Amino acid sequence: MKIVYTDVLVIGGGLAGLRLAIGAKRRGHDAIILSLVPAKRSHSKAAQGGMQASLGNVAKGQGDNEDIHFEDTVRGSDWGADQEVVRMFVNTAPKAVRELAAWGVPWSRVRKGDRQVVINGQKVTITERDEAHGTVAQRDFGGTKKWRTCYVADATGHAMITAVADQAIADSIPVHERKEALALIHDGGRCLGAVVRDLTTGELLAYVAKATAIATGGAGRLYRSTTNAVICEGMGHAIALETGAAALGNMEAVQFHPTAIFPAGILVTEGCRGDGGLLKDAKGHRFMPDYEPEKKELASRDVVSRRMEEHIKKGNGAKSRFGEHLWLDITLLGEKHIHTNLREVWDICHYFLGVDPVKDFIAVRPAQHYTMGGVRTTPTGESPTLKGLFAAGEAACWDMHGFNRLGGNSVAETVVAGMIVGEFIADFCDRAENAATVPVGLVQEFVQREQAKLSAIVDRRSGEDPSTLKLEMQDLMTSCVGIFRTGAELEKAVDGLQKLLARSRNVGVKSSAPGPNPELVTAYRVQKMIKLALTIAYGASVRTESRGAHFRSDFPRRNDAEWLKRTLATWKGDSDTLPTLDYEPLDVKRMELPPGWRGYGAKDYIDHPETPARAALVEGAKATAADRFALQQSLMPYEHLLPPVLRGRNERIDEPF
Amino acid sequence: MADGQALRKLTIRILRYNPRVPGDVPRLQDYEIEEADGMTLFIALNDIRDRLDGSIAFDFVCRAGICGSCAMMIDGRPGLACRTLTKNLGAVITLAPLPVFELVADLSVDTGKWMRGMSERLEAWVHVKQGEIDLKRIEDRMDPDLAEEIFELDRCIECGCCVAGCGTARMRDDFVGAVGLNKIARFRLDPRDTRTDEDFYELVGDDDGVFGCMSLLACHDVCPKQLPLQTQIAFLRRKMVKQGTLG
Repeated sequence: MKIVYTDVLVIGGGLAGLRLAIGAKRRGHDAIILSLVPAKRSHSKAAQGGMQASLGNVAKGQGDNEDIHFEDTVRGSDWGADQEVVRMFVNTAPKAVRELAAWGVPWSRVRKGDRQVVINGQKVTITERDEAHGTVAQRDFGGTKKWRTCYVADATGHAMITAVADQAIADSIPVHERKEALALIHDGGRCLGAVVRDLTTGELLAYVAKATAIATGGAGRLYRSTTNAVICEGMGHAIALETGAAALGNMEAVQFHPTAIFPAGILVTEGCRGDGGLLKDAKGHRFMPDYEPEKKELASRDVVSRRMEEHIKKGNGAKSRFGEHLWLDITLLGEKHIHTNLREVWDICHYFLGVDPVKDFIAVRPAQHYTMGGVRTTPTGESPTLKGLFAAGEAACWDMHGFNRLGGNSVAETVVAGMIVGEFIADFCDRAENAATVPVGLVQEFVQREQAKLSAIVDRRSGEDPSTLKLEMQDLMTSCVGIFRTGAELEKAVDGLQKLLARSRNVGVKSSAPGPNPELVTAYRVQKMIKLALTIAYGASVRTESRGAHFRSDFPRRNDAEWLKRTLATWKGDSDTLPTLDYEPLDVKRMELPPGWRGYGAKDYIDHPETPARAALVEGAKATAADRFALQQSLMPYEHLLPPVLRGRNERIDEPF
Repeated sequence: MADGQALRKLTIRILRYNPRVPGDVPRLQDYEIEEADGMTLFIALNDIRDRLDGSIAFDFVCRAGICGSCAMMIDGRPGLACRTLTKNLGAVITLAPLPVFELVADLSVDTGKWMRGMSERLEAWVHVKQGEIDLKRIEDRMDPDLAEEIFELDRCIECGCCVAGCGTARMRDDFVGAVGLNKIARFRLDPRDTRTDEDFYELVGDDDGVFGCMSLLACHDVCPKQLPLQTQIAFLRRKMVKQGTLG
């Protein structure tokens, strides 16, 4: 048995994993990154439109600050987020952009003087300040009060991961590519590494570490139609769930992005709408103002996706041989803008749709896009129930997105969480009591168990076909656990998934060839994916309210009185057929922003009994506070939660030091 | 394909070889599939793997032309499989793994190892000025045009097409390829990188670097991101000649 030792084992080579490893390494701890693919090919790469950080450089971002970013994020989450974590995030986001700027990210920059932009379908001239010339620029995005999304054309994730992966190379951090973690090694209370399959040779290895971090991104491939890369199958979520100790938070919160190209499901950025693009129906009518007069195309993603599907249901969709869709019109932005700032969008339209978005509308329909749920952690990024296990980025439920993430907040979270959790992992490794003694017997037991599972699949030549199981699961999720959900459909999904789970325990493969064996990969992953699908479907069936992206047609109101709480799912025993659900209440009395109307979407919700008192207290504090910093401090102090190196205010042109 | 036109039967001819199977020999294997509207090689290969043969190895990640995973030889030319539409190809499509890179199996090659090696040798990262970056302060300003010029070269996705199409790379194991030279050109442009032409000459001023290029420039023709490799290599060579002769 081959055992690899390290201080920090990072599972996942995307932005969160890379940044976290850099943080730990710079504090003197060895880190190894495991990645299914070369790090720069991770799904972080696909982030197009940008990263939110309240720099306030552009004219339409003037006056922006952490407070406004905080409120936008909490409203976006439909009050599902942990507000302390949101505060940690918004205060660190500007620092993250500035760090990346120093590391070489070619952020698009502000150009002084007049420029023409499109706002609400109209050409408008904006004058950028002289003193902002050359600073990092921001564009508009959905659900934000200010232009806050920093970007590199529409290849922001690409530029970010290129710079961060290059820094990891500079820091001599090994990335063990084509390696997949199959199981976490743990004794029920302490995580000590992972059993890993080499995807080139097929052999199993054990990695033993003081701290193990899951940074494996989302689980979009549980659905048939998703913008996610093919590797986003939720394996990090699944191995945490299978410990029986770590919990997954809010798995029923699944985001659908309004503008996936139809039918391929490839994303075109929210920046299209942020920069002035419009949604139109079969008749060419711009319909969003009819539904959302305040934010129109730029309401939050959950709201826009629902409105689009609602509009299609009313018979307004454009028809094609693949089904119905709507149109995204960016022709009004002009050729130069598209070729400079929406270049990737042009490429995608050209190669996959055969259209030129300078002249033609783009066929779009919502598709699964983001997994708000993830490995539940404390603000330090550590699992509260499995010591030594950390998580960051989309794979984590940290929890700054609650039930709906704002566009531009996910790549931002990857690097911000990487910075913050990287420091806490280093602290963890610094503590003498956390030195990992290698329990050889335990490691051996875990490796043997995984080997036995794989052998059983390979030996079962006439078992269930892995691809068929996967397709059936994806179809169930897409048809019954989508944008609009009902009790009856969710029950059907849970029932169907339980049957698939039983069948998946009898999965077999035709090929026993050594080496990569892609069929075997599908087989062992599909067993895990069905469990994850069940945590989503079951969590959704129990949550009898609508919040953020979780919309129940039979319970259309947000119900703070009963459901202002986070779902925690665990999978207690191997033979279980459902996750065990627990709930963690959110404390209104400690909220800086008590629950209310989001500013878009439904105005109708059921208040928590403590909300009016807390809201009155917050209003009172606003009237008496000396400045915004004092007000914030009085309502919900959070700075002590940040690592000392990341504390402190952020300088802006309008808030000089 | 226009609506109503009959869909073709396609033969996907794949170069199969799994070096981990004892006695396996490279061979061409044909798969017959029915073409679908808007079919890409991503869709075609997954269709084959799901229905006909689960054992074929190939690499896709983003399937949107962004990540660079799926470069392969498509009818003899390096390209990204995910964004190649079958309708633009003949009824027999021949697929082979990229040359130069280590073979994993079938259409899957280890570009990651090659790229990491190149990056380490060329120190392909921004060499930041000494001293801590003050993250609380307003970022250093950069001319917007310069930021765009850097981004233009920063768009490389390390897919390996330029290396697979390169004559020198077939002869010299340590040639850094257009991908490496483009990176040096990118860091030269970047005022945040403290290195000078003297430093860059140490990295690429030899036959494994810019002087190994024979100017065949297939790299330029096959780059899926249309990077301006021809001008960048020519420009870099001129600068390196200057550095090497006048130093």
